[in-house]
Amino acid sequence: MANDINLDQVLQTFIVEARELLDDMEAALLRVADEADPRESINAIFRAAHTIKGSSGLFGLDAVVTFTHVVESVLDRVRDGEVRLDESLVALILSSGDYIGRLVDAVERGEPQSDPKTEPEGAALLARLQTHLADKAAHDAPASASSGSATAGGPAHWHLSLRFGPDVLRNGMDPLSFIRYLATLGEIQRIVTLPDAVPGLEALDPEGCCLGFEIGFLTSADKAAIENVFEFVIDDCSLRIVPPGSRVDQYIELIRSLPAGPSPLGEILVRCGSITAHELEAALRVQAASAPARRIGAILEDQGTVSPQVVDAALAKQKQVREARGSESQSVRVDADKLDRLINLVGELIIAAAGANLVAKRTRNLELMERNTTLSDLVEEVRDSALQLRMVKIGGTFSRFKRVVHDVARELGKDIELAVSGEDTELDKTVVEKIGDPLMHLVRNAMDHGIDSAELRASRGKPATGTVSLNAFHDSGSIVIQVKDDGGGLDREKILAKGLERGLVEPGRTLSDAEVYALIFEPGFSTAAQVTNLSGRGVGMDVVKRNITALRGNVAVSSEPGRGTTVTVRLPLTLAIINGFQVAVGKSVFVVPMDMVDECVEFSAEAGHDYTDLRGQVLPFIRLRDLFDVPGTASARQNIVVVKHAGEKFGLVVDALLGEAQTVIKPLSRMFAQVRGISGSSILGSGDVALILDVPLLMQEAQESRSHAAREAESQPAGQ
Amino acid sequence: MSTTATCLRIEGELTIYRAAELAEALKGSLAQVPAGGAFELDLSGVTEMDCAGVQLLLATQRSANESGRVLRVAATGAAVAEVFDTLQLASHFSDRH
Repeated sequence: MANDINLDQVLQTFIVEARELLDDMEAALLRVADEADPRESINAIFRAAHTIKGSSGLFGLDAVVTFTHVVESVLDRVRDGEVRLDESLVALILSSGDYIGRLVDAVERGEPQSDPKTEPEGAALLARLQTHLADKAAHDAPASASSGSATAGGPAHWHLSLRFGPDVLRNGMDPLSFIRYLATLGEIQRIVTLPDAVPGLEALDPEGCCLGFEIGFLTSADKAAIENVFEFVIDDCSLRIVPPGSRVDQYIELIRSLPAGPSPLGEILVRCGSITAHELEAALRVQAASAPARRIGAILEDQGTVSPQVVDAALAKQKQVREARGSESQSVRVDADKLDRLINLVGELIIAAAGANLVAKRTRNLELMERNTTLSDLVEEVRDSALQLRMVKIGGTFSRFKRVVHDVARELGKDIELAVSGEDTELDKTVVEKIGDPLMHLVRNAMDHGIDSAELRASRGKPATGTVSLNAFHDSGSIVIQVKDDGGGLDREKILAKGLERGLVEPGRTLSDAEVYALIFEPGFSTAAQVTNLSGRGVGMDVVKRNITALRGNVAVSSEPGRGTTVTVRLPLTLAIINGFQVAVGKSVFVVPMDMVDECVEFSAEAGHDYTDLRGQVLPFIRLRDLFDVPGTASARQNIVVVKHAGEKFGLVVDALLGEAQTVIKPLSRMFAQVRGISGSSILGSGDVALILDVPLLMQEAQESRSHAAREAESQPAGQ
Repeated sequence: MSTTATCLRIEGELTIYRAAELAEALKGSLAQVPAGGAFELDLSGVTEMDCAGVQLLLATQRSANESGRVLRVAATGAAVAEVFDTLQLASHFSDRH
């Protein structure tokens, strides 16, 4: 039974949800300034903070609860219109959201909650948040006078009756957490655990829950707030709240409605300080004499203790819960592992179908061939939909940049807005995860170096507000992402001068615009006349390029002086299938990623050396036969596949060229992790396994032999 | 009330994860306590306790009382003390007889 409960898993869900809520909160904060009626957004912000507080209370994450509570209180005042949500408060709450995010990160890493590194930051934020709560007391006083409610004036005595359902423990919830969380709202004066509800050892289901508590609770919170403490367990427990100042008959009602025997419960109420012994005695006498009991609801209504607001709030909350469940059912969370397994199986299916097709053709059974064709079509559709499962919209990544642009624009003192289009363009989840950082750098760069100053913009006749736009679209099997700014454009002459200075360009060579602009992606290149706060963090455009190349993508720049710059990133849609070039060595087949193949030439070698003369250039090569110890002797007519990576070239000596083919990449099992030069495998239509070459790694080896080759070439007169 | 006491020391977690196992252990130990004798629990080695643990103690106490024995919590560690404190249970398990 204990296996049913996996707290870690529940905690993971909490972490994921907290992050989503923080994202929602951030999105709402960023749009709130532009809205004519911001109430909906403000509510969304409040709800996010509230839910994070509630669920972290469940896990006993006190640091998160304490901090978020203050944020929530400020937001509560915003919601009530007591505090205006101006730009500085938006910024403060954004930073607070970041801080909560870091606390959640710490929880994920399993770090202790009080971290001396982050605490000063939290304290500083709290101090700033408190300024928005400072005049609360002054506001509250008249409010309580006008409403006449017993709760608003100050802490009052509530009585809570709690009976937990049998499945609470099994569902991974610990009633103790709720009680600890309740204690953060006020003071638990007396808590009595009902001993009679628990049977003896013989009858006990050790994993079932039969606990009940009677609690005398001193708080200034309202009924909804108390109820919210138990929000996550409300379906699984019975909770009765008797508000302060209730008449004794309500307690009698309570006594009668609860399963435990009436007399001990009465005593417990006395012990909780909720009623006096005298009152109880009097009440029990009245009870005995009175007519059949009325429902507790009727009594509550009669006495007017349940205000219409409370009812409204309760209804709104129920509706909210329903809505949340509604949107949940539209998507299903699936482990990435399960998806990978499915895609793997689909790969197997394709191979099996290809094999069946082959046999069908051999038997020349027309009917069988026909059926097989239908089957193959279906299998291909299944493959496409399976790959589609890994596809996510890029909008999620784009929306993160709203925050970046907001923050960076403030930091730079520039007026910049972000325009986003093509959010619905889909691409592989792995690619999305890896493209975030390079894009972040491009966006920062566009804002920092791209957008010109307000004075310059005015003189160029452009609107004062600069625009950075992100756009995405599909283009023949790849996704194209553009980062565009309407700034000053790249300075061709300055880049060229710098290129000459750095020795990246040979003097006297004429370069096209594109070639000049491409220089900004070279390592150690920066033309920013002044080092701003944003540059100088050691991450240059060369890193951006490298990251994009690692995803088998490429990046290009175009620019119009005075009008702006566009950086275009082109990425493959998925990492699961590549366009491969198959080559054979002996009986083994290897696959080289097609976009790395530069050309194929007939084999020739400088006698006795591992390099050849490629149109006057030294081209080092690797003999795959030797590298992988392929048995057999080389064929009479070998070829060299010239591959290019990161601007360098080297050759691979192979027996035969088999041509281009779509290759489904299958990861190598961990057993082969040590094998150098192989990045994955693929299964051919014939059922044979082909290994995919790890070109960047082979290149390193080739470079070593290249420097060796270069030295030899220098030491010997050419032509020998 | 009794001079002879059977003592059981529980170490590690006193939580839902071990509830079933500990219930058996408690049942077994309690059966060995002579009628009218005291059953002492040493909880100083308990590192974590949740409501399932509280419930186990309550059930053990009930079984003990119904069979004319007494359950005493002889020693508590920080984890148990904190739970007893939260639920105001400390006096409940002290020797009331």
